[in-house]
Amino acid sequence: MPPLPIPTAVPLTYYLILSAILFALGVAGFLFRRSLITIFMSIELMLNAVNLTFVAFSYHHKQVDGHLFTFFVMVVAAAEAAVGLAIILTVFKNRGTLAVDEIDSLKL
Amino acid sequence: MHHLWLIPFLPLAGFLVNGLFGKRFSKGIVSVVAIGSVALSFLWVLKCLMAVAPLETPHVERYFMWIQSGSLAIPFELAVDRLSAIMLMVVTGVGLLIHIYASGYMHDEDGYYRFYAFFNLFMFFMLTLVLANNFLLLFVGWEGVGLCSYLLIGYYFVKHSASTAGNKAFIVNRIGDFGFSLAMFLIFIAFGTLDFPKVFEAAKALPVETAAGMTTAICLLLLLGAAGKSAQIPLYVWLPDAMEGPTPVSALIHAATMVTAGVYMVARSSALFLKAPVAMETVAWVGLATAVMAATIGITQFDIKKVYAYSTVSQLGYMFLALGVGAFSAGIWHVVTHAFFKALLFLGAGSVIHALHHEQDMRHMGGLRQKIPITFAVLTCAWLAISGVPFTSGWYSKEAILGAVHHHSPLMYWIGVGTAAVTAFYVSRSMFMTFFGEYRGHAHPHESPPVMWAPLAVLAVLSLAGGALFNVPHILEPIFPAAHGEHDIMLEIIGSAAGLLGIGIAYVMYIASPGMPASIAASLGGVYRLVYNKYYVDEAYDATIVRPLVNSSRGALWQFGDVWLIDGVVNGIGGFSRWIGGGLRLLQSGSIRSYAAWVVAGAVIFIIAAGVIGGAQGGLR
Repeated sequence: MPPLPIPTAVPLTYYLILSAILFALGVAGFLFRRSLITIFMSIELMLNAVNLTFVAFSYHHKQVDGHLFTFFVMVVAAAEAAVGLAIILTVFKNRGTLAVDEIDSLKL
Repeated sequence: MHHLWLIPFLPLAGFLVNGLFGKRFSKGIVSVVAIGSVALSFLWVLKCLMAVAPLETPHVERYFMWIQSGSLAIPFELAVDRLSAIMLMVVTGVGLLIHIYASGYMHDEDGYYRFYAFFNLFMFFMLTLVLANNFLLLFVGWEGVGLCSYLLIGYYFVKHSASTAGNKAFIVNRIGDFGFSLAMFLIFIAFGTLDFPKVFEAAKALPVETAAGMTTAICLLLLLGAAGKSAQIPLYVWLPDAMEGPTPVSALIHAATMVTAGVYMVARSSALFLKAPVAMETVAWVGLATAVMAATIGITQFDIKKVYAYSTVSQLGYMFLALGVGAFSAGIWHVVTHAFFKALLFLGAGSVIHALHHEQDMRHMGGLRQKIPITFAVLTCAWLAISGVPFTSGWYSKEAILGAVHHHSPLMYWIGVGTAAVTAFYVSRSMFMTFFGEYRGHAHPHESPPVMWAPLAVLAVLSLAGGALFNVPHILEPIFPAAHGEHDIMLEIIGSAAGLLGIGIAYVMYIASPGMPASIAASLGGVYRLVYNKYYVDEAYDATIVRPLVNSSRGALWQFGDVWLIDGVVNGIGGFSRWIGGGLRLLQSGSIRSYAAWVVAGAVIFIIAAGVIGGAQGGLR
């Protein structure tokens, strides 16, 4: 029986599990928190979980594509943060609250 | 080229001008356009006929290929031979007179321009029908005159009886047109063409069919078409109702021209009919039965226009009788003379109705002889002509028919003579009830304006002298072989005596002893009621055809087919969609978190599904 290869780095699986946990936390935060700010942060958390996956795969496969995607996501996330925070500020100014249950004028 | 196309297209131009702009024109301009277009058409007919005389062979003008499909080739061809020349003269000549008359009669009616537009359109279609050189183009004119007939019967469309009469005429004619269409299909199958010269040339080479066969089938279907248009048994029922239209319409369309289209068509197809003796015999009997039946109904009617309507049906029956016994030229002769005296009868009746402010019931007339003398004078000419008083126009054509019928079958001859006596009787009755005795109405009769009686005067001259002026059988000799009935002086005396007898009986009953008609009617009882109610034919048709058709349409087609089946399927699909949508609607809560939850749930399901499928594939691999 040949000896098992000694791991030289953290295995891919660990990254994926961490990423899944972070993503699930993001989803849970999105679903169960009432504050718009927290929801917003949860979205960022999910994005970063995905980023982590990308980077991990990129490292694993020795390909640069994942890095590229990550940069795209970060750029988009930055833009989204700017817009999103502006929207949140406006909502707060207009409604005086950030509780999502009360911001439901999409409902007919 | 003599530009025959101008003959029908001049009235068409009149129709377009009046139809499009007539609403803004004054009545004067409308009538100038309408009458002028027909007058020009009449003059153009004269010019063309001068140019192509003596027309030993037909003059054909081809303008363009109309329909070209496979072996079916139908050119747009107009042709004039001696038969169509006579019809052209009658249609444009009598048509012109009636157009002039109508400008007086219709003067105070609403929709004056509409009336003249349809009248011109009718002239266009009628002339197309007469000039056509193939069955299909004839059919175009045939349908077109039917349309105009419908439009003009329903001229007073706010009157319910008028609009239903228009519908009746149109629907009954559909039955005849159905026969005509089938006949055209069979002609195309049998001869491979619809051109008159080719079909008739081919038909001449055929053997005479003694039993049922293709030619007989074609001819019987053509007869069905002709029976619809020319109001013969069993399709005559629409014509009496068609009297709901204005009187000039009754005169032009339902007496002088359109209803003779069937006679013209059968005469035109004589080459086919001569090869089918069975069909010829049918034509003769249908004509004779119609003549007798309509004449007897005519005796009992009180509406002056109804009397003349049944008279028209009866006279058309006479024409069919002539055609059926092979006396085509006598039939066409009667078309011509009938156009004169029947148009005159109707226009005269119109003049009476006009004078009495739309009173049509003869029981409220009487004694009008002194009050409207000109109308009385011209109507007398028509009366003499239709009664067959010797040397009037009607006498010539009727004697020609009866002579030929006697040669064919003495039985038919005697029935025909009896009908002639009845004809003379009911027309005399209408004259006596209208013009003699005491005035029984309450209106103040006034003579019609010259624009109305001048055309009547022309027609009166033609009614008296038309038979001697136009010796139609002689003109038509190159087309139709001379009729068999040689001039038998005995037959002529019998025929003339029958007419005079009819007048005499009417004189006795309505002048000498005015109480007689009522007592005779009372003594006949049931028979009188049967005839007075027109043999209950309308009621019988209603019970056997119309009601079952309406009920089955209502039950099977409407309630079951449309409402239950088609609407059911459509509504079912709609309801199903609503039901699904009602369920799905609950997902659209408006709460972002529930949406997100659905997204997550979807993603989870997707991942699980991907895992299961991937696992399955992995297992296979």
